[in-house]
Amino acid sequence: MRRIVLWFAATVTVVVLLFGYHTSTDKSSASVSTSSGSPTSTSSTSSGSSSSGSGSSGSGSSGSGSSGSGSSGSGSSGSGSSGSSSSSTKTYTGSVAQTRWGPVQVKITVQSGKITDVTVLQQPNGNQRDQEINDYALPILISDTIDAQSAKIDMVSGATVTSEGYLTSLQAALDEAGLG
Amino acid sequence: MSAQPVAASDRTRRYVEQLMGMPVSLALRGRHAGSSAGAAAWQAVVEELRGVDRLFSTYRADSMISRLDRGELIVEECPPEVAEVLELGREAEQRSDGAFSIMLPTANGRRRLDPSGVVKGWAVQRAARILRELEDTDFCLSAGGDMVCHTAGPDRPEWKIGIEDPRGPKGLIAVVPVRSGAVATSGSAHRGAHLVDPRTGEPPAGIASVTVIADSLTWADIDATAAYVLGRDAIRWLSDRPIRSALVVWADDTTTRVIGRLGLPTVVTPAGTPPYAPAAAARSQTSPTTSI
Repeated sequence: MRRIVLWFAATVTVVVLLFGYHTSTDKSSASVSTSSGSPTSTSSTSSGSSSSGSGSSGSGSSGSGSSGSGSSGSGSSGSGSSGSSSSSTKTYTGSVAQTRWGPVQVKITVQSGKITDVTVLQQPNGNQRDQEINDYALPILISDTIDAQSAKIDMVSGATVTSEGYLTSLQAALDEAGLG
Repeated sequence: MSAQPVAASDRTRRYVEQLMGMPVSLALRGRHAGSSAGAAAWQAVVEELRGVDRLFSTYRADSMISRLDRGELIVEECPPEVAEVLELGREAEQRSDGAFSIMLPTANGRRRLDPSGVVKGWAVQRAARILRELEDTDFCLSAGGDMVCHTAGPDRPEWKIGIEDPRGPKGLIAVVPVRSGAVATSGSAHRGAHLVDPRTGEPPAGIASVTVIADSLTWADIDATAAYVLGRDAIRWLSDRPIRSALVVWADDTTTRVIGRLGLPTVVTPAGTPPYAPAAAARSQTSPTTSI
């Protein structure tokens, strides 16, 4: 039972890593408490974020965890997980999930209730792996990793740019700055 | 003759033209960036989009759509593209529980035919086939901020798409790398509240912008619009759509990222990168109701 709980906590944590970001706050806001290691720890996930959207998706994710990711179509192989700790650092290893790219397994490191590392223990094999992982990646939030000035951008996606608005749009600014 | 790797920032040939009431931009990389075949393909894209505008513009009194709306024509008298677009609109309405519709409410209570929400994505996705014929060439074709990306092979650099910050059009809120696929954003920036909820006639509330990354721009554009209208329900809805991922920027400046049904259900962080770098992540596909 404890193994299931740990897997569950890890799942919740990883999902919160995804949903819990604030763009307007620093990276520490993405951290959540997982130290209790019990299903009630999910209640702390919503505290990682204050937006209604994030909150609702966090609790939605816990539903996914409790019912197994098989229900999501990703074909999780079950609750085979492990947890280990040294002082206040804990690692959680998720179960192997079967994806269309092959098996995937994720390990997270939690220190003092904060995620300090995320590693992939098993990655899908195949020639096109890198391409597909890139293509299926999430948008990378600027405030988390890069600033707009250092980002090399080829094109800009935004709410419909009208003709008259184009000259002041970011696309035009980037072209002018030679960042394109 | 093996092609030299080319950095994303150089040897990109760009074209821009005002079409369908918006700037349409093309970036070409590789063999036909700057070639006459590349220029000819761009011209063919421009011509095709002009033709689409003549058929579908709601601003032209003589377009097929305007005449259909006035009852001067029936669908069977129009080119087959019209039936195709209207069918997409019906399907989109069904899949979004009415949050997306091509029959929009007007002030006098009548509903008018306006398939604009379908036409742009559909037309750009369709026109991209012309560019795909260019051998050994990468392209990114954008119409007013919604785009189709393509690279000639897995060794090519991905297109780096900046996602505009809805709070200020000079800033970026995120970057997403795409080799082959589509990126569409809906929101109220630039035009003010030009989107209305077809169910109420009111401008949607709650979301500042939604960006959808999917295989095809036809549906990425529709889904971004529908999610924008859905507001609070957008996360649950998007996570069950056949998209790769989405970024929702809420009106209160917070953001939520969503993995759709085509997304990779894991976290991938290359060794050595900071732990907070969200290269990818788990997906969620459940109802937003509390399950504890």
